[in-house]
Amino acid sequence: MSKKQDKTQKAVIADLALDFSSGFIYEPAPESSSHVKLEKQYELFIDGKWVAPIDKKYFDTTSPATEQVISRIAEASAADVDKAVKAARNAYENVWSKISAKERGKYLFRIARIIQEKAREFAVIETMEGGKPIRESRDIDVPLAANHFFYYAGWADKLEYAFPGKKANSIGVAGQIIPWNFPLLMAAWKIAPALAAGNTVVLKPAETTSLTALKLAEVFQEAGLPNGVVNIVTGAGATGAAIVNHPDVNKIAFTGSTDVGKIIQKAIAGTNKKLTLELGGKAANIIFEDAAIDQAVEGIVNGIFFNQGHVCCAGSRLFVQEGVADKVIKKLKDRMKSLIVGDPMDKNTDIGAINSKEQLKKINDYLKIGVNEGAEIFQPACTFPKKGYFCAPTLFLHTSQSHRIVQEEIFGPVLAIQTFRTVEEVLEKANNTPYGLSAGVWTDKGSKIFNMTTKLKAGVVWANTYNKFDPASPFGGYKESGMGREGGLHGLLPYLSLS
Amino acid sequence: MAATKTTTKPSTNGTAVNAETATKNERLAVLKTYKIYINGQFPRTESGRYYTIKLSNKEQVNVCLSSRKDFRNSVSAAREAQEKWAGKTAYNRSQILYRIAEMLETRSAQFTEELVNQGATAAAAKEEISIAVDRLIYYAGWCDKFNQVFSSVNHVSSSHFNFSSLEPTGVVAAIADQNSRLLGLVSIIAPVIASGNTIIGLASTQFPLSAITFAEVLNTSDLPAGVVNILTGEASELLAPFTTHMDVNAVYLNTDNQQEKVTAETNAALNVKRVKVEASLDWTLPKNEDPYRILDYTEVKTTWHPIGI
Repeated sequence: MSKKQDKTQKAVIADLALDFSSGFIYEPAPESSSHVKLEKQYELFIDGKWVAPIDKKYFDTTSPATEQVISRIAEASAADVDKAVKAARNAYENVWSKISAKERGKYLFRIARIIQEKAREFAVIETMEGGKPIRESRDIDVPLAANHFFYYAGWADKLEYAFPGKKANSIGVAGQIIPWNFPLLMAAWKIAPALAAGNTVVLKPAETTSLTALKLAEVFQEAGLPNGVVNIVTGAGATGAAIVNHPDVNKIAFTGSTDVGKIIQKAIAGTNKKLTLELGGKAANIIFEDAAIDQAVEGIVNGIFFNQGHVCCAGSRLFVQEGVADKVIKKLKDRMKSLIVGDPMDKNTDIGAINSKEQLKKINDYLKIGVNEGAEIFQPACTFPKKGYFCAPTLFLHTSQSHRIVQEEIFGPVLAIQTFRTVEEVLEKANNTPYGLSAGVWTDKGSKIFNMTTKLKAGVVWANTYNKFDPASPFGGYKESGMGREGGLHGLLPYLSLS
Repeated sequence: MAATKTTTKPSTNGTAVNAETATKNERLAVLKTYKIYINGQFPRTESGRYYTIKLSNKEQVNVCLSSRKDFRNSVSAAREAQEKWAGKTAYNRSQILYRIAEMLETRSAQFTEELVNQGATAAAAKEEISIAVDRLIYYAGWCDKFNQVFSSVNHVSSSHFNFSSLEPTGVVAAIADQNSRLLGLVSIIAPVIASGNTIIGLASTQFPLSAITFAEVLNTSDLPAGVVNILTGEASELLAPFTTHMDVNAVYLNTDNQQEKVTAETNAALNVKRVKVEASLDWTLPKNEDPYRILDYTEVKTTWHPIGI
């Protein structure tokens, strides 16, 4: 390409860039937390009651945006977990498996309704403790959590239609361990199908985000859910291990890292416990030349910067077809400059706080690794609040398949970009990973969409959209991204035994 | 062994026989070498090892004692074949499974003799073959139907079209029922390949002959090379490679041994393999064939697309 041509092309790209500059200034728009009721200290929720942990141990939970302590949380020991499992077993044998499926469903409908009534309170607490933007907890996490209970409520008395030729039976006590990225939503994903299928539950929230699960326990009390049907035990890894290893638990459902998932799969070997794993991912988001570029750019941003990139299905590997690469990257950089990073309680905030100090360190380590591997880093200028854990939206250019930032799950707002020429090439690269949770495809050609969505080895494929979730939509991965599905009809199966 | 002095005892199924003194003018039988089945070919085990099976008619056969390397070669072949097999139309896979049934049926006399030589009664042998043929036809019929029954269109609360369908898990390693001569292996292979998976099956150590002869059936049924690979050998030795290989997506193990179950399930965690361990069972029962055995080796894929202009 001659210098003149090069100049012309640059001029064209400049023309195509999105101009976000304006005199418009966002005034602070903080959500109030005045209507939120939080206790100074939370006990364990066992057999319908609040119970102090046997060891009398507690830990602080802090806001990642302010580093202030919000509350104190009980730490459940193996003995506490045992109490919770006994309560769940008792409730299963004597109450939950005895009442009619219709009544079971009605409890779930009630729970959904109360969550809707308390939606604002849930959203504020979720954001205070987890760091995600209030806009996301208000518009996505909490409404979806209510919707999950509502969706599965209706399944409770219709299980005979779900799996033709078989009788669907409940399995007993389900032990559930959930992560910190969608605390309330993950609790709903786990508890709703388990209860609809007739099981009882012992659930452990992540140690940095216990509060909305504990508030959910208050909802269960308010709904009159029989004692012991759901038990919430708070704590860290040791508490989770006590659930996994408890001999009277019939099913383990875990969402979290692939490393821990493998430990769990190993731990229950030979026990006949059923297992669902929702593990890590490193999703390919693929932009073809014939895509609607401005929509694709929004899709890329939503794919990787939604929830600070703390999303197992985040579109963290971007593949752009060569002909539009300059244009897409230019527009993407411009769009990134317009993202507001900061106080998650502010309704204008796009990217909130990183969930914990440890996670921020992990992300920053990967930023160094990326630079050291020779990739070119881009971050827009951001002003962070004085306290709290924040990370600028980041992209890496000139990455290759062998880079660690391309292979490993970072779980932060970090995008690794590669270009490609042909369908075959991008399929090969996209599938060349031990993960297989999700993928994205952007093109206006229908036949190309189906060619790609058929050949991508991933449990969820978004075409011309990204990061959409729904209770009716099964979610879960291929390969090392896990086994079993959550959501939809298929999400019932892991909580049933068929005969 | 001196050819002129060896047996002439006719052997209709080609089973190898012991050397016997020949009487004059009798024809020397041509013995069959039982080899393993990898990538549509019949190699000997690369290890050069064998073990000997004594048959009820006093004959004996040398059988390949397959190695870890044989298994690795099989996985390569199975991986290579998988996408193409899954890419065939369901109707085509269905016809190929039906063709396998046809080929098995036409060779039922040979299989009967082989099963009897491995200790089955004639009646039991006939029953086993009939059920094996019918089971293949049962799963042949499912190839283009299981997705209709178990897929879904999901009404999401946004303007998206959303559907979930089933895809094959990938490469499956299966240690078949060690007490079954033929039906245990056939009952695992058929549902696994019906959806587009490929498989490496380990025959019963004690009764390997019909498994190898079944490979000959597969080889004449338009089944692409590598879709089914069959090894013979020691289950206890091959349990580790079958369950630890990082390019295997799912494992089936039929055993009553708790320690083997623990080993298989522990090893499977290395790369989050789907693992099914089943106690030995009566494969002749109709309840042991159902579409849920196809589902065991499938993945639910959910696809979203916006609805709008």
